[in-house]
Amino acid sequence: MNSLLVADTVSKKFGDFTALNDVSITVPEGSIFGLLGPNGAGKTTLIRIINQITMPDTGNVTLGGEPLQQHHIRDIGYMPEERGLYKSMKVGEQVLYLAQLKGMSKAEAKTRAKHWFEKLEIGDWWGKKIQELSKGQAQKIQFVVTVMHQPKLLIFDEPFSGFDPINANLIKDEILQLRDEGATVIFSTHRMESVEELCDHIALINKSNKILDGEINTIKRAYQNNTFDIGVQVVDETAFAKAQQQLASSFKVSPAQFKSLGNEHKLRVEMGDNGTPNELLSTLQTYGQVTHFVEVIPSVNDIFIQTVSQNK
Amino acid sequence: MTFLSPLILVGMILLISYLTQLNSEDKRTIVVVDESGQFESVFFNTDKTSYVNLSDQGLDAGKEVAKDDAYYGLIHISKNPETAINPVTFYGNETPSFDFIGDIEDRIEKKITDQNLVAQGINLTALETAKSTIDINIENFSGESSSKMSNWVKAGFGGAAGYLLMMFIIIYGNMVMRSVIEEKTNRIIEVIISSVKPFQLMMGKILGTTLAGITQFAIWVLVGGVLLVVLTAVFGVDPSAATSVNPAASQAQEIAQDPNMVIELLQEIQKLPLLQLVGGFFVYFIGGYFLYSSIYAAIGAAVDNETDTQQFMLPIIMPLMLAIYVGFFAVIDNPHGTVATVFSIIPLTSPIVMLMRIPFEVPLWQIILSITLLIATFIFTVWFGSKIYRVGILMYGKKPTYKDLIKWLKY
Repeated sequence: MNSLLVADTVSKKFGDFTALNDVSITVPEGSIFGLLGPNGAGKTTLIRIINQITMPDTGNVTLGGEPLQQHHIRDIGYMPEERGLYKSMKVGEQVLYLAQLKGMSKAEAKTRAKHWFEKLEIGDWWGKKIQELSKGQAQKIQFVVTVMHQPKLLIFDEPFSGFDPINANLIKDEILQLRDEGATVIFSTHRMESVEELCDHIALINKSNKILDGEINTIKRAYQNNTFDIGVQVVDETAFAKAQQQLASSFKVSPAQFKSLGNEHKLRVEMGDNGTPNELLSTLQTYGQVTHFVEVIPSVNDIFIQTVSQNK
Repeated sequence: MTFLSPLILVGMILLISYLTQLNSEDKRTIVVVDESGQFESVFFNTDKTSYVNLSDQGLDAGKEVAKDDAYYGLIHISKNPETAINPVTFYGNETPSFDFIGDIEDRIEKKITDQNLVAQGINLTALETAKSTIDINIENFSGESSSKMSNWVKAGFGGAAGYLLMMFIIIYGNMVMRSVIEEKTNRIIEVIISSVKPFQLMMGKILGTTLAGITQFAIWVLVGGVLLVVLTAVFGVDPSAATSVNPAASQAQEIAQDPNMVIELLQEIQKLPLLQLVGGFFVYFIGGYFLYSSIYAAIGAAVDNETDTQQFMLPIIMPLMLAIYVGFFAVIDNPHGTVATVFSIIPLTSPIVMLMRIPFEVPLWQIILSITLLIATFIFTVWFGSKIYRVGILMYGKKPTYKDLIKWLKY
């Protein structure tokens, strides 16, 4: 797969504060890329560098193989975390103005805008002022403004914060459709669980440093660690207590949390390289009815916490 | 609005003078109680004031009459045989104006002075005929004569141009600042600067408002020019006549009233270096406006809302006010003095001060020097402003100090 965007050892300092320290990311074409990390990690700074809002101190960024240039702004659609529009300007004029800033002709902008207004069923807002719209409605306009010039790269900073669930879903579907039509998407967020199922590549950033990146499934596989949540309806309590001790001697065992209707014993067993699921299952079977046997796939959040604690 | 504002300005001036007239048009009646009996002839009735002499009824009765008939007041001159000067008191419901009191003081003083002169054996009629007035004719070495009015016209035009420039800078500069703050508080700024460079956005604002200012002024100049031509035609002024006014004629003009004054005024206006003044206004407006509005833009970017701008306004308002004061005092007093010359070359004050000096004819080298310095300075402030602007528009929350602003220059 071709890479659309490559950031190579990008660093940025603000005074004495290092916002980014030799961060490199590679965003494959047509992917949904998650730029994840807590608040203040440097995500927004990196995005601003990609948007040519701020210049990196060192390192360089290429888009489609070319170093970033002024004309690349047309290829990028950016929805910042802090969103806003001119409150007293009419929706239609505003959309056309912002599209023209991105290099579209007025006629072209009009056609595209009409298309999107119809698609999102907001055609009758054209002559209204932003201040007459609700917050959710204004966000739809903001989305239209972001994607209208058909950019190759879409960047959403904290994409779903502030959207109500219905709008968030609508926008999510539209983004997926744009991806299917060939756009590449970058999601930047500190709420990792909100984009986990959408992303196919991620980069984790913590305290100005990239700590991990790659294809999400590869990463998860690397961190999955042969862990299972199990539930057993035990027949002989004393025998099972002994078996539990035995399990604990070779694996890491901790109480598990999952919903069930019975009063079975719930355990989380981390086997690592010391066993296979089949062996575990056959051992458990001898003590009673196995009601629950599920592999624990680490969430990005877990992976993040684990990596941060490892790096310390 | 742009077309009408000069007319509205003229209308306002007329309205104010009309209202002032109305204000003092009430006819006042004053009771006079003169115990000395010397000043009866002093209080003769005028258009605005009439006097009722109640000297024979005494002070208390006079007060009663003044109160009952709601007269404006009462003047009491008591008799004091021990001193030569009789104490004079004014009684009234309200504090009288300076003009009014001054008028009465003049009348009484004149009377007493005349009495004293007569007592010294001086013939008043002889004294009156001995008095003489002199009117100095002003002429430059090339033989061009000008009247005293010329200085007033020059000061008036220069002052108006300088003041106008300051107003333009403040009004349009504030416009730039408010628009920056609006974009920042609306949070649209990040969307915009992902499409255009912050410098382009800032310069776009500055250039746009500069053109608006120039258009506005051009319209005023046009309206003023048309007005001048119309007035010249109406009063039949021959521009060339202005240079050949002989002393006798100018004396005659001053004796005759209004129409000749207008003609003289028009002649003086036509003698002004109007082209230089208008050209100077454009050049200094553009230079001064670039200089100040880039600072305005930086201030707008540094703060989150308009109330926070106050702490940064001082560096803008101070040099502008200084320029206006230097202009109105130093330039009018001596247009080519050291203070006026220096301030018309220092870039922060030069636009205003130089404009005020231009009607008095400034050496070319000074104009060139001041324009060069102005351009160099505005290039610097635009650079400086854009640095702060670029960082400031993305900074929220903390109210920055001057120290922070300096730090931003390094980002």
